[in-house]
Amino acid sequence: MIAKKTEKKSGVLLNNPIVKAIGTQRLIALLALIIIYIVFGAISPAFRQYSTLVNIFDASYYIGFMAIGVTFAITTGGIDLSIGTVLVCSSLVTGALATKYNVPIALTLILCILIGAIFGLMNGLMISYMGLPPFIATLGSMMLSKGLGSIFTKAQSVTWPQATEADGWFRSIFKVNITNANGLSTPIPTGFILLLAVAILMAILLNKTRPGRYIVALGSNIEATRLSGVNVAKWQTLAYVISGTMAGIAGIAYAAVYSTLLPGGGAGFELDAIAGVVIGGTSMSGGYGTIAGTLIGVFIMSVLKTGLPFIGLQTHYQQVATGLVLIFAVFMDVANRKKRN
Amino acid sequence: MGDVILKMKDIDKSFVGVHALKGVSLEVKKGEVHALMGENGAGKSTLMKVLTGIYSKDSGTIIYEGEEVVFTNPKEAQEAGIAIVHQELNMMNHLSVAQNIFIGRELMNGKLINDKQMNEEAAKLFERLNIDIDPSMVMGDLTVGKQQMCEIAKAISKDVKVIIFDEPTAALTESEIAELFKIIRDLRKKELGIVYISHRMDEIKVITDRVSVMRDGEYVGTLITEQSTKDDIINMMVGRTIYEEPKEKSNVLKDAPVILKVENLNAGKMVQNVSFELRKGEILGFSGLMGAGRTETARALFGADKKDSGTIYVNGQKVEIHSPKDAVNAGIGYLSEDRKRYGIVLAESVAENSTMPSLESFMKGIFIDKKKEKDVSQEYVDKLKTKTPDVDTAVMNLSGGNQQKVVIAKWLIRDCDILIFDEPTRGIDVGAKSEIYHLMNELAAQGKSIIMISSELTEVLRMSDRIIVMCEGRKTGELSIEEASQEKIMHAATLRN
Repeated sequence: MIAKKTEKKSGVLLNNPIVKAIGTQRLIALLALIIIYIVFGAISPAFRQYSTLVNIFDASYYIGFMAIGVTFAITTGGIDLSIGTVLVCSSLVTGALATKYNVPIALTLILCILIGAIFGLMNGLMISYMGLPPFIATLGSMMLSKGLGSIFTKAQSVTWPQATEADGWFRSIFKVNITNANGLSTPIPTGFILLLAVAILMAILLNKTRPGRYIVALGSNIEATRLSGVNVAKWQTLAYVISGTMAGIAGIAYAAVYSTLLPGGGAGFELDAIAGVVIGGTSMSGGYGTIAGTLIGVFIMSVLKTGLPFIGLQTHYQQVATGLVLIFAVFMDVANRKKRN
Repeated sequence: MGDVILKMKDIDKSFVGVHALKGVSLEVKKGEVHALMGENGAGKSTLMKVLTGIYSKDSGTIIYEGEEVVFTNPKEAQEAGIAIVHQELNMMNHLSVAQNIFIGRELMNGKLINDKQMNEEAAKLFERLNIDIDPSMVMGDLTVGKQQMCEIAKAISKDVKVIIFDEPTAALTESEIAELFKIIRDLRKKELGIVYISHRMDEIKVITDRVSVMRDGEYVGTLITEQSTKDDIINMMVGRTIYEEPKEKSNVLKDAPVILKVENLNAGKMVQNVSFELRKGEILGFSGLMGAGRTETARALFGADKKDSGTIYVNGQKVEIHSPKDAVNAGIGYLSEDRKRYGIVLAESVAENSTMPSLESFMKGIFIDKKKEKDVSQEYVDKLKTKTPDVDTAVMNLSGGNQQKVVIAKWLIRDCDILIFDEPTRGIDVGAKSEIYHLMNELAAQGKSIIMISSELTEVLRMSDRIIVMCEGRKTGELSIEEASQEKIMHAATLRN
């Protein structure tokens, strides 16, 4: 039985070259995204407004960065449950440094990313060198980061500087307000450009470079990869460092959009990110990861999150809807795989 | 031989783009051992999967015990009394031997599982089959050979009328094979229909009554084993004769330098004070029974497992090997006995697997030069005559022999001078086997040095320039090919303390 490698990720319309290139699950996810957007728009005129689109982008940044990062951990066949609380911890700590200890904003942003990276490194070392299962190791650092953030701020919430303040310049990384002659201000979602740029960089890293190749290979068969003379512990650790670093960047994005961070928060964010990754088509058993898919998955999440209130449904329905989309997306993939075998 | 119990007629089966079975027929009688032979990719496994309900057929009929049957899943086939012992082990490593044997039909004590009774029943079964295994042991702790025995016991433990052995001896030692044959003869006496898939000619002659041959998805013909020669069968399979004679004298040059020297290697119980030398252009055979510590020696040498002590010299230089990476850097490549677990990444392409150890040399800046990667992989696909549609094909779609070639390619691309072949032809058919042998001889002639671990005595005698024999973790013999014989090797292989 001979099948081309590209075919193993597609199934329904095997012979269509476009489907082959995108991959069935990614295609389904993309179509789902477009359909959800059109349906919401048809029901609610307000949803079609530009400001709503900006809101959708706003809601996508922090999940997006986390999801891109955790794609790497999942591709190794592992998981990173700590990203949600690491996001809050790093943003909480550095926000406190900025507002209470007068540390320059530029430095706090770097520190925010660094804290994420350190948690990632810790996860990676526990998993690769100490041999802890990823679920347990990252569950541990989830609790750790949650607690440490609260301890540092003495259980106080932190509010990052507003856009109008001098120190609020960092918010323009994610949103720039352009005021026209009539005094009307139009927000430009610049964060999307950053998210896209990071996604492209990470996609290149995953698909075109040695670290990426090794991460995919070890996710597929770690022992065979090790016996090929590859230092698997190093590359496995790197995947978690990327995951943590991205959670740190997500911390900045969260602060820029939502301003206030509550100590002990963030638990559950990681599940939104992981859902996005899985909807996008990355394999939970490792050995296959797609950043483009992840991005599509993330936007499905944020369209649902932003759009459901517009059609008169409360935010609780968002979870129901996401759950259904998640199950449906993965089911389609599983069904396709089965059909082919 | 009694009445026909099973008749498959004009079976047709296609997969996407591949016509796997083209009107194949097969007839099995009660109380016969019927060999099914053919090169890998000939369609033997597909035919058996159709029979046992794993695949559905496109057309054709299956007549079982006089009635036409259609099995839509393996369970139906099992319930009808058709069992299969798979080539690949299908065991749950964390469960006990008895739990594995009774999986899906656990013995119950009310609503609870009765482990005690299952252990007793399994023990009775083993006793009947003359197998020495403790049913309460964890499956994963057994050797591959013992696991295979459990698999066979499991198949036999059900009320079966037809049993299919898919390369049952691939992982077994000579003595275990003898035990297996006793079991098979026993089953034959009980009027079972037995289908026996194997690539080992010697076994076919010894154990089977008739031989059916397949080639390229087609049925070629059936012979009565007694009335045919090895060459008849091989000719039907491949249409050419294959070199089967043992090597007469060493091909290593008199003054060939020592390229690898291992001194007092120790690693746990299975590797005790093993010392040996490997010379340039030499094929050094490692013989011994299952569990003799040969694979463990290779793995310790390669840095795959931790070693307790021992010194390794490559080209006269002492080298520190603590990980496979160190070994690869020292120019050592390892071809594992368990390809799918340790040799290749199944879901990745031929090109990706081929370049894995040497990816450094395929970089253009920080990017992988995919064109160069493909070109070089293609070059080795051509050189080794690997059968694959292209280098982008996932390795899982290749046959065993071709997967092995991908593993060889990956070490050749890395330019390793010392190659450790651990059971290089396990699960590989006659044609591909002969190609692998040619390849190994060619490599040795080019000055590569090869350590070949093999459980097949004929293979050891055919390929090696020198033979090291191990028993229970110790080196118990070293024979030049000129003095070696099956008897001398077996003698050394059983020199227990």
